[in-house]
Amino acid sequence: MEQFLQQLLNGLAVGGIYALVALGYTMVYGVLKLINFAHGDLFTIGAYFGFTLLVSWNLSGLLPPVVAVLAVFIMVSLLVAIIGWVLERAAYRPLRNAGRLSAVVSALGASIFFENAIMLIYGARVYVYPDFLRPEFTISLWGMQVPAMRMLIIVASIALMLALWAFIQRTRMGAAIRAVAIDPGAAVLMGVNVDRVISIVFLIGPGLGGAAGLMVGIYYGQIDFLMGWTYGLKAFTAAILGGIGNIPGAMLGGFLLGVTEALAAGYIAMAWKDAVAFLVLILILIIRPTGILGERTADKL
Amino acid sequence: MKRRPLYITLGICICILPFVANAYWIDVCVMIGLYALLSLSLNVMLGQAGIFNMGHAAFFAVGAYVTAILNTMYKWPVFWTMLPAGAIAALFAFMVALPIIHLRGDYLLIVTIGIVEIVRIALINDVFGLTGGSNGIFGISRPYFFGFKIVKGIQFYYLVWGMVAISMLLFYGLWKSRFGRALNCIKEDDIAAEGCGINVTGCKIMAFTLGAFWAGMAGTVYAAKMVTIAPESFNFMASVILFAVVILSGGSQVGVLVSVFLFIGLPEALREFSESRMMIFGLAMMLMMIWRPQGLLPCLPRQYPQARKDEG
Repeated sequence: MEQFLQQLLNGLAVGGIYALVALGYTMVYGVLKLINFAHGDLFTIGAYFGFTLLVSWNLSGLLPPVVAVLAVFIMVSLLVAIIGWVLERAAYRPLRNAGRLSAVVSALGASIFFENAIMLIYGARVYVYPDFLRPEFTISLWGMQVPAMRMLIIVASIALMLALWAFIQRTRMGAAIRAVAIDPGAAVLMGVNVDRVISIVFLIGPGLGGAAGLMVGIYYGQIDFLMGWTYGLKAFTAAILGGIGNIPGAMLGGFLLGVTEALAAGYIAMAWKDAVAFLVLILILIIRPTGILGERTADKL
Repeated sequence: MKRRPLYITLGICICILPFVANAYWIDVCVMIGLYALLSLSLNVMLGQAGIFNMGHAAFFAVGAYVTAILNTMYKWPVFWTMLPAGAIAALFAFMVALPIIHLRGDYLLIVTIGIVEIVRIALINDVFGLTGGSNGIFGISRPYFFGFKIVKGIQFYYLVWGMVAISMLLFYGLWKSRFGRALNCIKEDDIAAEGCGINVTGCKIMAFTLGAFWAGMAGTVYAAKMVTIAPESFNFMASVILFAVVILSGGSQVGVLVSVFLFIGLPEALREFSESRMMIFGLAMMLMMIWRPQGLLPCLPRQYPQARKDEG
């Protein structure tokens, strides 16, 4: 039982990270109907920026670790958000009215570009985040010893998701984003500035993705320039699992995928955990073709 | 019909290329030919029928492994394994397609990515003890073509491009046929197609299976050329390249040829930039799509006898 609960918590921590990245996919899909394949690499950029700020610029030495990590969190999110905004202007806006798949190929090109740009700037080696950024103590929870870091990741990801949820549901901009997701044409007629909404989405999504990259760096301690492929693919899977375009769906999908993987790694075999994750995805889509929370929209005639 | 000069020029270039290129470029062109075969087969599903398949490398892998296993374990001559390779890849595609083919666009896309990943992981984990794990299978023998052993790059070059030519003719026939028109109709609007009495699910499954059959046969040639095959050759990136080739082509066969030269040839041509070449390649991918969002050479509109009479 204890092993099961430990795996569950481990899965929730990874799932929280997947969910944060998945939110970027799902929000972009909601407003543009585009799979932003470069999103995983924006996540990697977040992890590398975090490393540069914390280690190369030695912010972690100049400031107390907690303050440094918080400051770097905000800086990384902002920087990655700006890159996301530029990406949309340069690579996706010219293709807004072209076929959907043209923009997908442009996104794949952007992904290859970012990946190799990171490799050229930082080199192909693995970078290691310093240990002292991770709180090493454990908390006892229901009689188990749980690493504090793991709980911190779960709490931080949930806090970010709640903040996003409040923004989407409670602000005017949030309402505009929801309106564009439902029907861009009608939103324009209601006086919504669609270009601005899309720009905002490309600031928020990559911002969350960059923060998730930093969290992976601190939690696992190791980053490499190809990690965006794996995490991006998993997060995209999570977004589809929950029903793409649906924000609570991405959160649910992320946690579900993380837990599935952790349990598969614990009870089946480490080598098969990715295959099990995809198998679960396929089975769920066979039963519910639009994902768990995806709406069954009637086909338009 | 205005494309005839383009076809003829391309054909002549491909025929005389081995006489002017060095051994390295002939090898590159063999790879281009293989990717052309795969892209042409993907074009049937993605370009003609609009089935979002980003996992085409899975069927390629099945074909290559069937050839490798039959050849190394059961000593079948390589060319004899081509039909079983295609058939097993097609059977695999058929079984996979049955439950998932009704999924809409992007849901199908992620499922096909899932399939290519599952196949790769299964190959690495030495499924059924046949695939040799992450090292793959080595020692595949060279093919005999009517008693003539194919070893050198130039021989493979003509073998592969001959297959490309035959495939193009066959797929052209497919495009002209009733089935080809049905696929185009499904791509434009599958509800309207259903309304016209087209069996949409049946046609999609047929296109999927047919494309997989061709990919499996391409796998045979790949295994024979490489002698050694390993799971990492059939990763997600290979599927992504194939997907991008077909989208950039615009859906016509000659477009696929031009775009496959760009996609496989460009990284090789950029070799002098060594490390930054893939970065330039990614940038070129974005620029090409922005330059021609509809694809390089979209299919020409179909011409029907009746329409021509009306013009005159």
